[in-house]
Amino acid sequence: MSVLVFTENWDGKFKKLSFELVSYANEIAKKLNTSTTALSIGKVEDDELKKLGTYGAVKIISVENDKLKGLVNQAYTSIISQVVAKENATVVVFANNYMGKAVAPRLSVKLKAGLASGVSALPSSLEPFTIKKKVYSSKAFANIVVKTPVKILTLFQNAFGITESPANATIEKFSPELKDSDLKTEILEVSKHTGKLLLTDAEIVVSGGRGMRGPENWGPIEELASLLGAATACSRPVSDEGWRTHEEHTGQTGKIIAPNLYIACGISGAIQHLAGVSSSKCIVAINKDPDAPIFEAADYGIIGDALKVLPELIIAVKELKASA
Amino acid sequence: MKILVCISNVPDTTTKIKFTNNNTAFDKADVQWIINPWDELALTRAMDIKDASGGAIESVVVINVGLTEDEPTIRKALAIGADKGIRINAAPKDSYFVAAQLAEVIKKENFEIILCGIESSDFNNSSVGGMLSEFLDVPSVSSVSFLNIENGKVNVKREIDGGFENISTQLPFVGIVQKGIAKEPRIPSMRGIMSARTKPLQVFEPVQVDALVEYANYELPQSKSACKKIEPDNVKELVNLLHNEAKLI
Ligand SMILES: Cc1cc2nc3c(=O)[nH]c(=O)nc-3n(C[C@H](O)[C@H](O)[C@H](O)COP(=O)(O)OP(=O)(O)OC[C@H]3O[C@@H](n4cnc5c(N)ncnc54)[C@H](O)[C@@H]3O)c2cc1C
Repeated sequence: MSVLVFTENWDGKFKKLSFELVSYANEIAKKLNTSTTALSIGKVEDDELKKLGTYGAVKIISVENDKLKGLVNQAYTSIISQVVAKENATVVVFANNYMGKAVAPRLSVKLKAGLASGVSALPSSLEPFTIKKKVYSSKAFANIVVKTPVKILTLFQNAFGITESPANATIEKFSPELKDSDLKTEILEVSKHTGKLLLTDAEIVVSGGRGMRGPENWGPIEELASLLGAATACSRPVSDEGWRTHEEHTGQTGKIIAPNLYIACGISGAIQHLAGVSSSKCIVAINKDPDAPIFEAADYGIIGDALKVLPELIIAVKELKASA
Repeated sequence: MKILVCISNVPDTTTKIKFTNNNTAFDKADVQWIINPWDELALTRAMDIKDASGGAIESVVVINVGLTEDEPTIRKALAIGADKGIRINAAPKDSYFVAAQLAEVIKKENFEIILCGIESSDFNNSSVGGMLSEFLDVPSVSSVSFLNIENGKVNVKREIDGGFENISTQLPFVGIVQKGIAKEPRIPSMRGIMSARTKPLQVFEPVQVDALVEYANYELPQSKSACKKIEPDNVKELVNLLHNEAKLI
């Protein structure tokens, strides 16, 4: 028996997300009196693989296959199902991101294993296996009972945090069987900007809405973000108008994020926007309308003109940084 | 070529969520029902592709797993332009159940392109599309934000962390679509609404499938403590609170 965690590397390196997944899987393994096995697909050096041990993985299975140049949903599902069988895994943990959403549902059918997706906490009971998740676009929670012997979970990013639990991990190279029929999609071209902090990875996010009035006013948002080591985001009309790129749009139909701090500037806080950001641990709102719904979701608020407040906020953050 | 769009019937986003029966069931009283927003965008894109295809796309069909109460939502999809509706007559139990029902019916007909929204705004599971593709044993491309057909070849673009991938896929395939696939949903025209009444809506009976998970009960979030207001001329105080009280910067 074991808990299997599917880790992700970006060009051979693991990011915080994978360490969070291992930490989470390891906490479940402890409850089940079993151990954590991490699976890595792609080319990753042993030194890097070993890092997964810091968070509790005692075994690291590494799959490298030249046929897999990127995520091929069917092939990944096949590989993971082979590892589940080999390791006798009873719980499989994914991130609730592009990768997890692509593969976990397929695996659920392949293994006839119940899937609880988008969970943000540990199971509240192991027998029956019960776990809580947000439903109705964050307006309620459901307690889900997973009834099958193998359980699949996808964890919301930044929901659980990282806990070190050093283990002396062994690395095992594994060559799964792959059929041609598993490789019916092919990646022709990748375009990716590197160096920019990803919205879904960021612990702090500075976001602007239609109240910012136009793309020419985004300078202070970017400056504040860079001071705080934050990513930038926006509401839907802002990306629809083309003031900012679609990748920055947060909300029900955009990205769903859960940073530690979300600073909303000139955003009304419509329910569809909140659906994507209400899991933030702390929300700061700057809005000139005292009745804007964003203040109901916010922890701290300034009723004022964002175009005037932001430059002062930048000065105050600079002062804080200088005094630290 | 035929395109199938899977549509889910969900409460309007602004609906106030309530539960009944000791918090074990969703309270349907006074709820306005809509096509799941992503499914509506998928349908919009499917219609655009059909309109531009010069007849190469024979038809766009929509399919839903649900009881008779879902029919107005299917008719809305027909009013938007879909040629035919299919309803599988069962109350959805979980995503696995829904995907299994869809797969049974889809196996009987030939669709080259099957589209699902990336999630539905009620259970937010992001799973029916992926599950369906595995049931059908066909490739799936997830987080699709662009889809086009040129010279009979399907062009798909998928969003990844920090960028995009162009993907080629064999047909048939399941495209799991997200933001970007269409901007605004199509609004039904008066003619569309009139003709929707006469378009075919076929009903299939479900097959026996056990759900793999059970929704035991629901909870509403605890109300948030009131927002701490800071005067606009005292921005320093906000920084101070974020640093010393919230310990976030
Ligand atoms: C099916 C559906 C899905 C949707 N999905 C999303 C989604 O994913 N994400 C999303 O964001 N929206 C989404 N929307 C749209 C959503 O309903 C709102 O229209 C949108 O969030 C409003 O964006 P906003 O707050 O930037 O703009 P507005 O509603 O125009 O609000 C601007 C705010 O800025 C304030 N303001 C103006 N000037 C200033 C100033 N100088 N200083 C400070 N404050 C100022 C105003 O008081 C106002 O509160 C969706 C809608 C639908 C129907």
